[in-house]
Amino acid sequence: MTPGSIERGEPMTFNRHAATRRELLIASGTLFAWAYLPKVARAEGRDPRLLVIVLRGALDGLAAVAPVGDPDWLALRGDKALTLDGKPPALPLDTFFALNPAMPNLHRLYKSGAATIVHATATPYRERSHFDGQDVLESGLAKPGAADTGWLNRALASLQPGDRAGGSRDAFAIGPIAPLVVRGPAPVLSWTPRRLPPTSDDTVMRLMELYHHTDPVLARVLEERMGLATIARAGGMDGEQPQAAGAGQVRAYFAESAGTAAKFLARADGPRIGALAFDGWDTHAAEGAVSGRLAILLGALDGAIAAIETEMKDAWRETVVAIVTEFGRTARINGTDGTDHGTATVALMAGGALKGGRVVADWPGLKLAKLHDGRDLKPTTDLRAVLKGLLQDHLRVDAAVLATKVFPDSAAVKPMAGLLLRA
Amino acid sequence: MALDPQAQAALALYRFGLGPRTGSIADIASDPRGALLAELDGAGAGRIGTADLLTSGTAARVAFAFQQAQRAARQAERAVQQAAAPSGRASPPQMNDQSVTPPPAPVRNPGPGLPQQIYLAEAKARIQAALGAEIGFLERLVWFWSNHFCVSADKGNVRQICGVYEREVIRANVLGRFSDMLLAAESHPAMLIYLDNTRSIGPDSIAGLRQKRGLNENLAREILELHTLGVRTVYTQEDVTRFANVITGWTFVPFRQDPARGGEFEFNPRMHQPGAQTVIGRSYPDAGVQQGRDVLAVLARHPATANHVAAKLARHFVADEPPPALVERLAKRFLATQGDLKEIAKTLVTAPEAWEAPRAKLKRPGEWVVGMLRAAGMAPPDIGPVMQAHNLLGEPLWRPSAPKGFADESAPWLDGLAQRLDIANQFARRLGAEADPREVFEQALAPLASEETRQAVLRAESRPQALALLFMAPEFQRR
Repeated sequence: MTPGSIERGEPMTFNRHAATRRELLIASGTLFAWAYLPKVARAEGRDPRLLVIVLRGALDGLAAVAPVGDPDWLALRGDKALTLDGKPPALPLDTFFALNPAMPNLHRLYKSGAATIVHATATPYRERSHFDGQDVLESGLAKPGAADTGWLNRALASLQPGDRAGGSRDAFAIGPIAPLVVRGPAPVLSWTPRRLPPTSDDTVMRLMELYHHTDPVLARVLEERMGLATIARAGGMDGEQPQAAGAGQVRAYFAESAGTAAKFLARADGPRIGALAFDGWDTHAAEGAVSGRLAILLGALDGAIAAIETEMKDAWRETVVAIVTEFGRTARINGTDGTDHGTATVALMAGGALKGGRVVADWPGLKLAKLHDGRDLKPTTDLRAVLKGLLQDHLRVDAAVLATKVFPDSAAVKPMAGLLLRA
Repeated sequence: MALDPQAQAALALYRFGLGPRTGSIADIASDPRGALLAELDGAGAGRIGTADLLTSGTAARVAFAFQQAQRAARQAERAVQQAAAPSGRASPPQMNDQSVTPPPAPVRNPGPGLPQQIYLAEAKARIQAALGAEIGFLERLVWFWSNHFCVSADKGNVRQICGVYEREVIRANVLGRFSDMLLAAESHPAMLIYLDNTRSIGPDSIAGLRQKRGLNENLAREILELHTLGVRTVYTQEDVTRFANVITGWTFVPFRQDPARGGEFEFNPRMHQPGAQTVIGRSYPDAGVQQGRDVLAVLARHPATANHVAAKLARHFVADEPPPALVERLAKRFLATQGDLKEIAKTLVTAPEAWEAPRAKLKRPGEWVVGMLRAAGMAPPDIGPVMQAHNLLGEPLWRPSAPKGFADESAPWLDGLAQRLDIANQFARRLGAEADPREVFEQALAPLASEETRQAVLRAESRPQALALLFMAPEFQRR
């Protein structure tokens, strides 16, 4: 493929943020002539790719990767607990942890050494606001506050550009708005899918609940128009999930977004660093870890991982996909068969560059006394350690820069070693 | 009504304006009524920047020249094809091209044609005025009267002049006299084309006797039924026919006849039905164009017109079933001031009934879309998505499906609620991290919001979801 070309027939629209005239030219067709390659890594003969996926809404880590070997697990989650003899059975990872059955691709990668899971991990944020939690996760700052740049972008900006392609440093984002994690001084290219994802079932349910409480006329109209007359009334949202209708669309959107990101990252002259965000993980009611809403989302995420592997082709062996979320959820199931905002959760990594096949966890246990605030899985691994480990060993970001600029005031948080095959 | 000052200010912005921007509620909280009245007193109130927009005569002429050139190009292309020779290529004329010489014709993929370019430039100016207004009361009045005297871009050759029609007819008179707005509307080429008066020929006129074509009652009927007296009031079918006779000859200058004035209003005596006409019990001698002006002047001060306009204003701004006391107050003021629209607007916002009605009206699509942009502090560089939202929600700009205009009642707009959710969702995603929902909530909705709405917004799983819920909240949808 020649530099600057775009595959025929591919519906791609580029938006360059803060576009100048020159940048518009790039956006209109010469994108890949400006590719960026980390210089140190290149000197080592490597060409690493890093794709960060942010799960917005707080993923229930215990429902994604269950501690089936923990003696308190069944008592905690009861019939909502993932088990090795469940229907369908959870997928064993080691003698202690098992993966949600909606994620066979991730399981396969794990078994082949190309996936790593970190459990009981969290950012330094200890409150329970989505907006603030997402800011901390994506900004890399220790506390919420006005943040307009993300850690991934600052990491990129700190690197010496490779000499091959003219010195530009492009990050890559999927979606109409670049996630905060990838925004900052380094230029950001973005690609917007032809169709934005449909309004999620979760948003519809929240709106229906609001209308039921405040505006019966609007409630009735929305129910009729959306064919949702069977939705359980608020307060008793334990009825059937109005799912299925959107499941295919969710899968398609996840796969298209992730697959497209991989296509760009795979190209010889493409960007090397990318980010995208998937919404919908805030499972307060009718979580459906095994066969409901969360299972659909995890299945769609699993499909996205598979799409990345496929589209990366040979570059898969130099790839790391890091999947992170702002915080976890309560250890117990709440009164509406869901979980509320919690603290520690999982980080999922996949990619051929990983030294995988491991669950990394300093397991805190699930007994009441071991739970954070008596309700959440206790964080024992700082998520920044994981991310710093990736950035240091995969992209060769300098340790001092990691401690001051990428994750400010994080000198005490040592980069996690040994995540990569070639450290 | 026990509203605190903040809620009173928010109500003013929702009911009479285009919704809060950052700081607006605080800015007017000390005196919401005074702030509404003050918006009527600004210099050049209601006018919008016309420097880069065309007059209706110019717009009509450049569009005509464009169409002529296109026709010529198509003919040339056919000839070229027949001769099997290579074809030339040229770019379409730009709308700032004020010359009337036929511009070079586009051959392939010309993009939006000139009429559409003019239409979009006018639409952009209108949306910018709505986003830039402090409260938006005056813009709402413009929108109301523009809909009352609506024309449609979908009728042939109205597209290029429907936007300028609003500026020349509605904005120019929005705080003037109803009689002046009425005359300006009914004599504007956009209206004359839209309601077929340019085809209407007096049967006994010179043209009528020669062409064997005749009367078209469309404009006369809608003036009586929609623009002035109101349906089933004091007029009969005979009145419609005689009034149609009165306004025969109200048309525009043919482009070929006078290249400098083509497309501008003219009274053509050769099309005018000769003789006196009796309309609603009053005889009007044939005084050419003055005959029609005289009828319009009488209609403009008729008590039925006062009632019709008063009820419509109250229905649009306050309630689908407006308080009779408010309608009566407005109608009285209309008659007492000879239809002084500024005085009537003042009466509307100072009437206690206008503030006491529950906030039950659903915002019209345009109000809602602009309300989102104002709340989020967004000025879209490209009005495409805004126009598309209007289309999806059933209120395409300057394109009503009938001369009655878009409905003032809430019920027809409820149908689009699910579409509103999709648009709110997409809009919120495009805003992404640009807007903090907590801040938007505080600035745009908090004084009117229920605790349930507050919780729904603040507990959303992401900023886009929070914004979508905010924009869909009953308190944001209703006014």
